[in-house]
Amino acid sequence: MRARTTALLVLAACGVAALAWLGFTPIESASHDRIFDIPKGTWARRMSGDKVEILPDHIRLTLGLRDVLVLRNHDTVPQIFGPTLMMPGQSFRLPFERAAEYQFACTAHASGQMTIVVEPNPATPWARILWRAREWHNSHP
Amino acid sequence: MKRVMGLVCLLVFASASEAASTLKAGTFDPPRSAPDFTLQGSDGRELKMSTYRGKVVLLSFGFTSCADVCPTTLGTLAQTRRNLGANAANVQVVYITVDPERDVAERMKAYLHGFDPSFVGGTGTAQQLAAVRNDYGISAEKKVFPDGGYLYAHSSFTYLIDRAGRIRALMPYGHSPDDYVHDLTILLKE
Repeated sequence: MRARTTALLVLAACGVAALAWLGFTPIESASHDRIFDIPKGTWARRMSGDKVEILPDHIRLTLGLRDVLVLRNHDTVPQIFGPTLMMPGQSFRLPFERAAEYQFACTAHASGQMTIVVEPNPATPWARILWRAREWHNSHP
Repeated sequence: MKRVMGLVCLLVFASASEAASTLKAGTFDPPRSAPDFTLQGSDGRELKMSTYRGKVVLLSFGFTSCADVCPTTLGTLAQTRRNLGANAANVQVVYITVDPERDVAERMKAYLHGFDPSFVGGTGTAQQLAAVRNDYGISAEKKVFPDGGYLYAHSSFTYLIDRAGRIRALMPYGHSPDDYVHDLTILLKE
């Protein structure tokens, strides 16, 4: 019974320590880019009736951490990608400096709209925990 | 000679890349040539994109009956030109309609004059304008009301086209005149 209680206490202490680390350690980001690629052959897949979704209709960015949207067209034909027309081999890099919700007309989506939500830099421990959780979720879909 | 040309190309490319990383607008890499077109200008002359080589062009699309996006964008661009001072002479605003039914040249001239007399509008047949929109990746969808009135939901950004006629950047709707001045100052120095 005592050993079980000790184990639970140790486990709880580890959880608290992990949360404290996640909440209080400043977030550093090696890259500010959130990259979306059109792979080669996308146009051909679309032409053959394949539904190809590359760009979500809602994108979340964070000021100071992940605040640059990067779109790259690796296909061999021009593509409407997000708000703009991109040539084969071309990339488009859009930085954001203000936290806000941005709407773009986007014919690639059924709604005809693409929304980019730019959130403020996570300043509180709870916001940092949520940001790290979301980043982890995005990198492990 | 080939080496010299290669070096010149490399320097031009390097300077474009360096500027691209510092612009507040979204930047294209590599930049492509702005497709040329021939439309009817609001000044009564033929409107061709190639006419403005040597100037930085701010290219926007809309319609004169637009209640919110277009007046805001054009007001911002007018303020930008005022803030640029003498440099404004090297910046040309071109505004192309998505509404050929209502936006004839005279109407566009009167509308644009209210913002800045130097602004030039472009109109043409529905087919001509659709071809230009296609070349520039512009969307414009007509929404008809029960009473027969209509408006257009259209792309709201502004292209920044450099002196060499390349589409360098895309400024999303809502940026301030200060942001435009910042980017134009960089592009005008090239």
